[in-house]
Amino acid sequence: MKVSLTVNGRAEEVDVPTNTLLVDILRTNLGLTGTHVGCDTSQCGACTVHVNGGAVKSCTILAPQAEGLEVTTIEGIGTMDQLHPMQEAFRECHALQCGFCTPGMIMQAIDLVENHKDLDNCGIREGLEGNICRCTGYHNIVRAIQSVVDQG
Amino acid sequence: MYPYNYHRPTQVAEAVALFKASDDPMYLSGGMTLIPTMKQRLAAPTDLIDLSGIEEMSGLNATAEVVQVGAFTQHNVVARSAQVQATLPVLAQLAGLIGDNQVRNRGTIGGSVANSDPAADYPCAIVGLGATVVTQQRSISGDEFFKDLFETALEPGEIITRIDFPVPTRAAYRKFPNPASRYAVVGVMVADFSGSIRVGVTGAGPCAFRASGIEEVLNRELSADAVDGVEVPDAGFNSDLHASGEYRAHLVKIMAKRAVADLLHS
Ligand SMILES: Cc1cc2nc3c(=O)[nH]c(=O)nc-3n(C[C@H](O)[C@H](O)[C@H](O)COP(=O)(O)OP(=O)(O)OC[C@H]3O[C@@H](n4cnc5c(N)ncnc54)[C@H](O)[C@@H]3O)c2cc1C
Ligand code: FES
Ligand code: FES
Repeated sequence: MKVSLTVNGRAEEVDVPTNTLLVDILRTNLGLTGTHVGCDTSQCGACTVHVNGGAVKSCTILAPQAEGLEVTTIEGIGTMDQLHPMQEAFRECHALQCGFCTPGMIMQAIDLVENHKDLDNCGIREGLEGNICRCTGYHNIVRAIQSVVDQG
Repeated sequence: MYPYNYHRPTQVAEAVALFKASDDPMYLSGGMTLIPTMKQRLAAPTDLIDLSGIEEMSGLNATAEVVQVGAFTQHNVVARSAQVQATLPVLAQLAGLIGDNQVRNRGTIGGSVANSDPAADYPCAIVGLGATVVTQQRSISGDEFFKDLFETALEPGEIITRIDFPVPTRAAYRKFPNPASRYAVVGVMVADFSGSIRVGVTGAGPCAFRASGIEEVLNRELSADAVDGVEVPDAGFNSDLHASGEYRAHLVKIMAKRAVADLLHS
């Protein structure tokens, strides 16, 4: 089936079987491999992207459900020369080790900061419930997000 | 995941007609339960009927007496609604405790209630607040809706279109979340309707139910200590790797006591 969607501001049309997942459209059809598949069971958040402005797990959205959606992936938030403030904070705070969870963490972190006022350490940790990191122990991830909150 | 035919009707009647005309159809709402189940091939519908295009199933309406929530309303919409926070804050709080942010952005109240997962949060509010589940053909009382593990009063093809929550004088919800999945090991809702108390429980049994023993003592004396005297038998309770039935019975009392304490401070 044909699916039309907007990804990082660009209109795209793909032709895929109905049982394709959004994450596979992004990675395979559009070559946007920054979005990762960690678990494929809706648990880990590595596949997190923004749909119409909110964080969602792209491994749990079917191709036909993606019709007409506005999707933003990790590739769409900054450039190599000018990182998004959240990317910059992750770099500055050493908030990643292997980097596998990082694109999902950053997309979730941006949603978190945009949708919550007065985030504290506890609120950030709760806000990361849908994202699993097996390397960092979360501490520096929380620090990175806190630094963006503190910058206002 | 097996292939399927996909439909996106814009009217409830059209969705029901598609359901009747298909071999082995299923409705798709937020997909947060159904898509993982299809990936595991535990569900293999021939036809998926996506409810997202049916406008009348989305959105919220609150008056002083009742909060009406369209079945295709996402958990985060309920959690963040100023109307719900003002009229029925316990429902906004409960919705904000479901799973994680990404799940709350997609998962819907209709999908959660239709699914009747024994550890889901919304069923506790349906039973605890005595809500009415509205479908295209009838209204089902919250007390009659949940039948068993993943089993409800819904007939094949019946669509939940809306849920009506009566507004209590005050209410509180306490959940003991599984630390990994965030589902409720046990959750208890205590609601005070002008002095008449309802207590809903999720997580403990095969489906959400009213704890009549606790209601009885709280109707005599509304205090956390009053719950101490109640016997909560664990017969028929869920026992799994997360918790034994005996421990769940214990948690029912503890969560009820905490909910009563919250309610008295609200
Ligand atoms: C990681 C994770 C954590 C979660 N944690 C929690 C939690 O802590 N607490 C909790 O309560 N839930 C939790 N959930 C479940 C979540 O709330 C789901 O959103 C919900 O159970 C199903 O809603 P849905 O809209 O996604 O429905 P779907 O997955 O689309 O559908 C579920 C079932 O309901 C049927 N259905 C859907 N809509 C209707 C309708 N209107 N009428 C009739 N039948 C219908 C479908 O055919 C299907 O059988 C979690 C899910 C995930 C993936
Ligand atoms: S790959 Fe989507 S949640 Fe893990
Ligand atoms: S940095 Fe390796 S999984 Fe998070």
